[in-house]
Parts: sequence; structure tokens; C-alpha cells
Amino acid sequence: MSVTAAPRPALAGDAAAPAASRFEPLIIGFTCNWCSYRAADLAGTARIKYPPNVRLVRLMCAGRLDPTFVLKAFAGGADAVMVTGCWPGDCHYREQNFKGLRRFLLLRRVITALGIEPGRLQLVWASAAEGDRLAHEIARIVEEVRALGPFEARERVTQAAALAVPVEATT
Amino acid sequence: MTAIPVPALAPAPPVAAPAAPRHRFAMYWASACGGCDIAVLNVEGVLPLVDAHFDIVFWPAAVDAKYADLEAMPDASIDITLFSGGIRNSENEALARLLRRKSKLLVAFGSCAGEGCIPGLANLSPLSAVFEAAYDGPGTDNPEHVLPQPMWTAPEGELDLPLMAPLLRTLDQVVPVDYSVPGCPPESARIGEVLAFVVEALEGRAALPPVGSVLGAGHSTVCDECPRTRGVKHITSFRRIQDVSPIDPDLCLLEQGIPCNGPATRDGCAARCPLVGAPCIGCYGPADGVVDYGARLMSAFASVVDAQEPAEIEGILDGIADPVGQFYRFSLARSLLGGSRAARLGR
Amino acid sequence: MSPDDAGVTVSAGGEPAPVVVPSATSPTDGAPQERIGVYVCHCGTNIAGTVDVAAVRDWAADRLAGHGVVVARDYEFMCSSSGQELIEKDIHDMGLTRVVVAACSPHMHERTFRGACERAGLNPYLCELVSIREQVSWVHTDHAAATAKAEAVVAGGVLRVAQQVPLEPYRVPINPATLVVGGGIAGISAALEIADAGFPVHLVEREPSIGGHMAQFDKTFPTLDCAACILTPKMVTAGSHPNITLHTWSEVTDVKGYVGNFTATVRHRARYINTDLCTGCGICQEKCPAKVVDDVFEAGIGYRKGVYTPFPQAVPKYPVIDRDNCIYFERGTCKACVKFCPTGAIDLEQQDEDVELEVGNIVLATGYETFDARRVEPYGYGRLANVFTSLEFERMSNAAGPTSGRIVLRDGVTEPRAVGIVHCVGSRDRNYNPYCSAICCMQSLKFAHLVREHTDATVYEFYIDMRTPGKGYDEFYQRLQAEGTVFVRGRVAEITDTLRLPQEAAQDGRLIIQVEDTLAGEQRRIPVDMVILSTGLNPRSDAREVARTFGITCSSDGWVIERHPKLDPVATMTEGVFAAGCALGPRDIPASVSNGAAAAARILGRIQQGEMALEPVRAQLDEARCSGCRICNDLCPYNAITFLDERHVVEVNAALCQGCGTCVAACPAGALSSTGFSDAQILSQIEGLLMVPAVDPVPVGATA
Repeated sequence: MSVTAAPRPALAGDAAAPAASRFEPLIIGFTCNWCSYRAADLAGTARIKYPPNVRLVRLMCAGRLDPTFVLKAFAGGADAVMVTGCWPGDCHYREQNFKGLRRFLLLRRVITALGIEPGRLQLVWASAAEGDRLAHEIARIVEEVRALGPFEARERVTQAAALAVPVEATT
Repeated sequence: MTAIPVPALAPAPPVAAPAAPRHRFAMYWASACGGCDIAVLNVEGVLPLVDAHFDIVFWPAAVDAKYADLEAMPDASIDITLFSGGIRNSENEALARLLRRKSKLLVAFGSCAGEGCIPGLANLSPLSAVFEAAYDGPGTDNPEHVLPQPMWTAPEGELDLPLMAPLLRTLDQVVPVDYSVPGCPPESARIGEVLAFVVEALEGRAALPPVGSVLGAGHSTVCDECPRTRGVKHITSFRRIQDVSPIDPDLCLLEQGIPCNGPATRDGCAARCPLVGAPCIGCYGPADGVVDYGARLMSAFASVVDAQEPAEIEGILDGIADPVGQFYRFSLARSLLGGSRAARLGR
Repeated sequence: MSPDDAGVTVSAGGEPAPVVVPSATSPTDGAPQERIGVYVCHCGTNIAGTVDVAAVRDWAADRLAGHGVVVARDYEFMCSSSGQELIEKDIHDMGLTRVVVAACSPHMHERTFRGACERAGLNPYLCELVSIREQVSWVHTDHAAATAKAEAVVAGGVLRVAQQVPLEPYRVPINPATLVVGGGIAGISAALEIADAGFPVHLVEREPSIGGHMAQFDKTFPTLDCAACILTPKMVTAGSHPNITLHTWSEVTDVKGYVGNFTATVRHRARYINTDLCTGCGICQEKCPAKVVDDVFEAGIGYRKGVYTPFPQAVPKYPVIDRDNCIYFERGTCKACVKFCPTGAIDLEQQDEDVELEVGNIVLATGYETFDARRVEPYGYGRLANVFTSLEFERMSNAAGPTSGRIVLRDGVTEPRAVGIVHCVGSRDRNYNPYCSAICCMQSLKFAHLVREHTDATVYEFYIDMRTPGKGYDEFYQRLQAEGTVFVRGRVAEITDTLRLPQEAAQDGRLIIQVEDTLAGEQRRIPVDMVILSTGLNPRSDAREVARTFGITCSSDGWVIERHPKLDPVATMTEGVFAAGCALGPRDIPASVSNGAAAAARILGRIQQGEMALEPVRAQLDEARCSGCRICNDLCPYNAITFLDERHVVEVNAALCQGCGTCVAACPAGALSSTGFSDAQILSQIEGLLMVPAVDPVPVGATA
């Protein structure tokens, strides 16, 4: 006899998908004021088009990136997080993006150990002059995350689920 | 059948009327190990303290009680309840809600209630895997693969067991909580101070702190209490303690490459573990205002890794054999992600 | 552990009281709500053409009312005076405590809206500008998705601004001294402007003399002024100016501090000449037996001595001894210079010396290097003797150069009968540098003229485009056409001395230029005697190290990145550090001079004001929470964090802190916070951004 939990109850957000629409990921991107945010601005000034799925948070530096921010984004409903900054060696504050890089690598290990697909946490270096490249990377990431599907945050999963999931016997 | 004679009992000695008002005290253990109850019993002078100031109205670990007694009490009639253990099944939750209703002050006592602690690590697996491991693992003799059922019909009637939730939750993820006392278990000396303070507060001689406050611990982190010398941090490797020899008794453990969670763990324990050469594992939980304990610790460790090339960084990080265990041993249930994807999805 | 002052009681027995720790309240519980105004800009049709601004306004007023929004408006151009007045009026009439403007990038108008708030009596740091133009309307096409994203961006701003606190700018005094790095025409221009205005300048130059590349040129286009004639008066003025201190044969090795208060360490390399005694007579150079190829000033086609001044008009006039090519330093013998110096000015024991300069502002005018033509193997530079680079030709053409101005082949004797000038060597080329080097077309035309001036040779110019944008530039091109220059529009494929076709037999010993003449539509093999490669401009090879020393950034090409390519071309992202001339990218002499003057003007403005207000984004320490773990200690590149041994805590020097927030993110106790980018602010912003789900664009395959 084995035991399985009851099938996941339907969630409030699960609309019946219209036949011809598709999953639109919601991605939070962290940018640094001097390089990647300016790259995003440059993409705007140059009217380069990219998908609307990424919403940017401006930090002064990739070194300000706290893993808490990334985890908060996931817990709050983001399907993926994009971390950006100046190219290593070009940080406006000399070498702070290396600290950001180290935190990113450790965070990636932890979320991978927690079963989250590594494609949901992406790192993109972009200098202030690389608006085109940033747009291109965003488009790539959106498609990768679209293929992964929605991220199942705890709130999403347990909100509608009753506390007691009946433990059913299966013969 | 003749009645069995009942021996006459000596009359009970008269109980002296208590000099001071006695406050109604409860303590409960949900998904717990019992260590918190033992820690309370270990407080020096606990028996006279309790005897002088408290009426124990409900404490299953120490005295007999029935849930019906608890249900019969008027709401908010318990002055203080120390609730230890996480919320994993329907019984835990029912008692959490019941005790919240019946208590003026509900304290999340110990790491399980506050953060999930070790039982919270079950949030790394789907419930089915937890059951398999517990009841059907290689060390268990269970040839018919019998697993606990919520309901069982016996000849004598229907038996039921509490229902298991898919994830363990902390107390304040279920009911509003007034205060918390951190630790696994909280240090007995600190518990004694808290109990004494509670008496002062309940008797109007001290002001209760704002709701949500942490009692029995410090403002800062274990490093504040740790006597080891520390320098600037440049970590070139992380090693498991058994692989470091000799261990410098005076130098910060982290600087010796031994991952010590002291920097991110609230102080109050007198840095017992680093004092004897064991790295802090974080049982006192996060410092003030910290949203995710593991994130703080991760950030701190990664920031001081002494490498710039990704390959080199990864090499150093390889030294942390179990990152989830290192960063979330006690705090997984409270963390922003709450557990693994498999546990959340139940598969 | 410092004493807690909330709720601590000491029990009668003197035992330590429990430390009761009030927890931090979560951002949205209990605190009185702010009164937030939301202003959504149309920016004409720039935003309104894609984002439904009215819908965003209504959504904010409705959905964000619970988060403090009391008024939401939209307007055509929020940055206009009427737009700003809307904000000011609402602050007065409605008692707004926070303002969110949804418009263009903060890099455009953050200051504008902060100014409006300040005029209305609201602390300017309680105003947040969120971008729904550069980051929404200009980059997305689907209106529904763009509108949804704009709503989310506004929500992020509203939740964030509620966590913002009033801040005061950090005022710093400005040291009136300036450091100019690089003694070329850009650096000299900047130095003279500042010095003429009455303020001290330190001009640091790596070579023994100031002058830079311009000193190497023969004539300058399009006027054909002699480069030395127009440059040397400026050099002399700079060298003798009472307000300019020259540090030649020197380099800046370290810079500490911040705008208004920099400390630069300059290494004076040993010249082995006592400049107090040297009269510049030149006897030491004359007598020195060590002769080496001068690959700096003479571009490798001339010689100099082991003790030398790079050129006769050098400023300062003092020579230097090149210890790598000095017989004394190699073998301990010779010392001819010592013997012959009439004033005993040779000092072979001299050591390098470091000095510290206190300055308020810095101008980087470090110039360029020329592209290494050996990289273009088919052009044969370095393999074929009579292929020359542009700098080599400048020196050859220069009357004071190694050939006394005669245009001759490498044998030093033969005059060429035909010369080919190749444009775009290393430029406009995906294999080398993608950019155009700006000056090579004019330079090539100049060469053509100089060849014709000195010889009877036929001159061929091989070009892709003729770029002659400046004053008199196109007229110069027309003149060169009239002079009979043969222009071939095509990229040279190969320069070779291998004859291939039977009819080339007569060209034995010459060079053949293989090129497709795109106007004639045919391949041509043109025999010439001499080829001049107009090599492109490269950033200095140590540009990245220099950038790191000065705390600025370079683009991936290696040029210094200016603060704004259109509107702020001489400032860098680092306050107090400016750049001028080719350090920023290829440009001609008038542009370099303008850059130098512009940087000087900016600096003079700062000096005149005497102090500067810095953005108050800083790290702050809550000492009660600091455990002295020292994890933050070494994370600061500005050394703003020091450990106080006695108190077992760290301290943040707000003046040195640049606000990057790295220490804030690292602190495991949460004792460090950022004033403008606090955890509460960022976490709230994230919450706001996630309030609106991603909207399906018009479904794939749907009709209408």
C-alpha cells in the first residue's frame, strides 16, 4: 500500500487557458544604475523592442543585490529573476559586481538544491552601451522561462489548499 | 463479583493560600522534540518560581490534561502560553487555534514554533516521501507496507489520526503570535529571565514590549558574544570541521574556513558552541528585522569568498557540502521559499 | 553588546535583566499611512501612444488607495512648468507626503521633479520617478501588456516611496587645485584654462615632455599649419605658468578620496638629472655613445640617445636617462654625460619619488595609441620595408624629423615615384575595431598633399568613404582632387611585392596594391613604391588599469565612458573626474581642445561654488546590532569601513562612502542599511511590481 497526497486543488489563479493564448512569464530584473539600467534606457532611446515580461528594479550596484530580494521575488509571484550589472572589471564602484557574482553563484546552488530550475535565475552583464544586447538577452530569457512554465510559490500552492490534505490509501 | 476494598487514603495536607496572585500558565508541544519543555524544567529554581507565581492549567509534557479541559476554559483566561513545536498536522493546528483563543499572551517558544527548526526540514520532501522514509524505509520491518491512515475501522469502532499538511508551518504562519523566544532549545538561563520578566509584566511592574518582540535574546548576533579574535575575512576555502587540524582555539572559526553561522544568528546563547570549538549552527534564528535567515548568511559568506573568476569561486563554494543544510537548518519553514519545489508540489 | 534602552529592568539581585528586543515592525502594519500623489505623464505621444495613461491613472487611484494614494493625475508633459506646478499645488492643497511620477528615466528628470517637491516644501528624496517611457512605451508594442506593466511599475514606485525617508544632500568642500593627467593638446588646454582663471593645476605626463601626439605631427589639416608652431607656444606657456606644476616622466599610481577631496599619488620616475642644475644645453645627448631606435617620438624610424629629450622644443627642457639603454646602468662604465655636463647635473643615484597631491577635481586626457598595423597581415607592415604607418610618415615629413623632411623609402635615399595611401587600417572592420577613427580621411588627404609638396610622386588614395565633416574639410578634399590625387574607392585587399601577372615584370622591386575599384567595377593591381597606412586610433593599452585607478569605467572598446554621450560629453560617471580628448574616443584637435576647455569650465564652476552637494545615498550603521564580525570590513573599495577595536563594532565614514550598498547586502546581522536603497524600499518595490500579473497579449491566432 502506498500513500500519496491528494491531487493539488485548483488555485484561484488558474483560469481555464483560452485555446490560443499562452503562458506569459512575469520576471523581475535587477539592474545597476551605472551600466545595465542605462543599457535598458539606451534600448528605450533606440526604440529597440523586447517582450514586456520583465519588470526592472534599479539598484545602485550589482553589489547591492541581496539574495533576499531574489527570494522575495520568487515568493511574491515572479516566475524568474534576472540579475544584471556591469561587466566584471568595469564596475562603477571598482569591484563590487564580483561580490554580486559570488552571491549569485551561491544562491543558484541553494535554489537548485531546492529543486528550482536553474533557468529561472539568470545573470546578464551589460555595459551602458549595450542596449541592444540587453534587449536580446531579455527576449531569450522570456522564452526560456515560458518553456519552464509558472513558478509554484508556496503561497500559490498552499493558499487554496486546505490545511489537511487527506492521506489516501492506494492499493 | 465482590467489590475490591479501597484503602482509606490519608487526608491531603492543607495547601497554604498563595501570597501573590498566581498567573495561569500553559505550555504545549506540537511538532516538537520535547527539548523546550525540558529546557523550562531545567531553569534553576523553576519549581519554586512556578509554584510561587503560576498555575499550570495545561502542559501535556509535564502534567496530565485533556483537550476537553482546555476547550472548557473561558477565552483569554490563560495568562501566558508557551507554544513549542511546528504546525504539521491537523491536531497541531487545532491546538494552535485553540490556545490562541484561550490565551492572553501566546509565545512561539523555541525554534520549531518560531522558524520550523528541524521538523521544518521535512519541507524538503513531498509528504509521500516523508511517509515512505518513516514507515517503509530499509530499516523498518513493514512487509505489507502499512502506512498511517486518517481513519480506520476497528471492531470496536472508528479510529482517527490527525491529517498531515503538505508542509510544516511556523506558529505565526497559522495564528497571530505575541512574542517569540528563540533557541533550540532556548538557554535555560534566558528562560528564567523571561519568566521572571513575565511575572513583573503581568503584575504591572514592567511594561510589555511591542507585539512581535523577541524575548530572551539579544539585539545583535553570536559574534557579539563570541570571544574569538577576528580579522578581515578572505575565505579561500570552506572545510568541514573534521578536516581542519589543528583548530586554532582563539581565532574566528569562519576565518579558519569552518562555516560558522554565528554572524547571522541572534545572540543570547553566550556563544556556547564557538566557545568550545564547534561552529554555530544557527539555532537562535535571525537577528532583528531579517526577512530570510538563509539569505543573510548566504550573502555574508559569498561576499567574503576570496576569488573573482567564476571557476575559482565555484571551487571554494564546493566546500559547503550541503548548502540548504548550512543556511536553512533551522529556518527553512520560515524562509521565503519555505521548502523544496518537490515538497510544495507534493511530488 | 550595547545596552538596550527599551523595557530593561534590573532585578533586585543585580542579575542581568533579560534583554527585551522590540522587533522591527513590518512595512505595512500599524504605521500611519502616507498621502501619496501619482502623476502619469503622456510625454506627448511618446508614452500615451502605447500606454493607456488614463487607465494607469485610474488604476492607481483605485487599486493603490489602500497603499496611500490620495490623488492620481495624468498630464501631457509633466516636466514642463505647468506639469511641475500640478505637483507643487497638490503638495500644498492636499498635504501630500510622497510623490510618484511615472514618466521618463530618472536619469532624465529625477532632478526636475525633486526640485518641484523641494519648492513646495517637501523633502526632495520623498519623490520617486519611475520610468514608463524608456522601459515601457518605447520598447513594447502591445498596448495592453504595456499598460499592465506601467501599472505594475507605478505600484512598485508607490510602495517604495512609502518607505523612503527625508534625506539631506551631503555637502563637501571643493579643493581649488586640479589634477590633469596627460600633457597632450587636450590636457594642456584644460590646464591653461584653469590656470589662467587663477587656480593651481598639476599636469602629469608620462613622457619626458608634454606635447603628446600633436608634437609628432608635421602639419595639421586643413590649414596645413605647422603642428609644432601652434603647439609649442601653448607648451611654453604651460611650462612657465605660475599656476601650473608640471610632473613629467611621471605617472599617477593611486587615487583616494572623493570629489572635492582627492589625494593622488604621483610617482616621479628618476630622470637621473638634477633639474635644479640642468640648463638644457644638450651636451649630454651629444656625447652619449648609446644610440637606440626611438620608437615613441620618432615612431621607430629615427634614433635617440640613452640620455635624451624627445624633441628640441621639449617642455620641460630637462632630458631623462633611459636606464634600459644606458651603458652605465647596464655595465657600470661610460658616464660620458657626467664627464661632460658643465653644471654637474647628472645624478645617477637618483631614485623614483612618490608625492601626494591634494586636489579637488581630475581631468583625464590620456589620449590614444595608434592601431598596430602588423595585425593586418595582408598589408605587409613589418614585412615589406616600404609600407609605413601614418605616424612614421608624419615624422618623415617633419622637417625636424629623422629624414629632415625628405620623403624617401626605407633605404633613406630613394624618392618614391608613386605612393599609395590606404584608409581605414584597423577601423570600420569587424576583425579589428568596428568604429571609424574620425581623423584618418583628413589625415590621408594631408599626406597626399605633403607627398606632392616634397616629391613628384603620383599619389593614390584608397578609401571606403571620404569623411570630411569639419570646417574647411571638404574644401580640402576638393583641393586634393584638384592637385591630381588619384582616388580609388575600394578597400585594399593586399599589398605585396610578389609579381603575378606577366605585364608586371617591369615593376620588380616595387609594391603592388591589389584593390577592387568599386566605381570602375574592376580589380586593380597598382604598382607603387611606398605605401602609407592610415592606421586607426586605439585606446591606450593600459586604459582599464587607468580607469580602475581613477574609479571610472571604459566601454568594451576601451574608451572612457562619458556621463551622457550627447548632453554631458566630458564628465564621467564618477563625480569629480572628467575626461577630455581622445581618451574618450577618436576626435580631431579642435574637438580635443573644446573638450579640455569644457572640462575646465565645469571644474571652474565647482571651484567657484566652493562646495558641492552629493547624493545622500549612503550606508548607515545601527551600532546596537553590529556584532563586530568584520564581514563588511574589506568589502569597501573606498575604505569607508573601519573596525573599532575597543568597541568591537565597525564604523562607516559617510564622506568616503559612495553608496554602492555592497556592505548593506553582506551584513549578516542586518546592522547596515542604505539610506536611499533600503531593504524595506526594495522589498516593497518588488511587492508592487508583482501586483499586476503579466497580461496575455492579443492571443496568437485570434482574429481581429
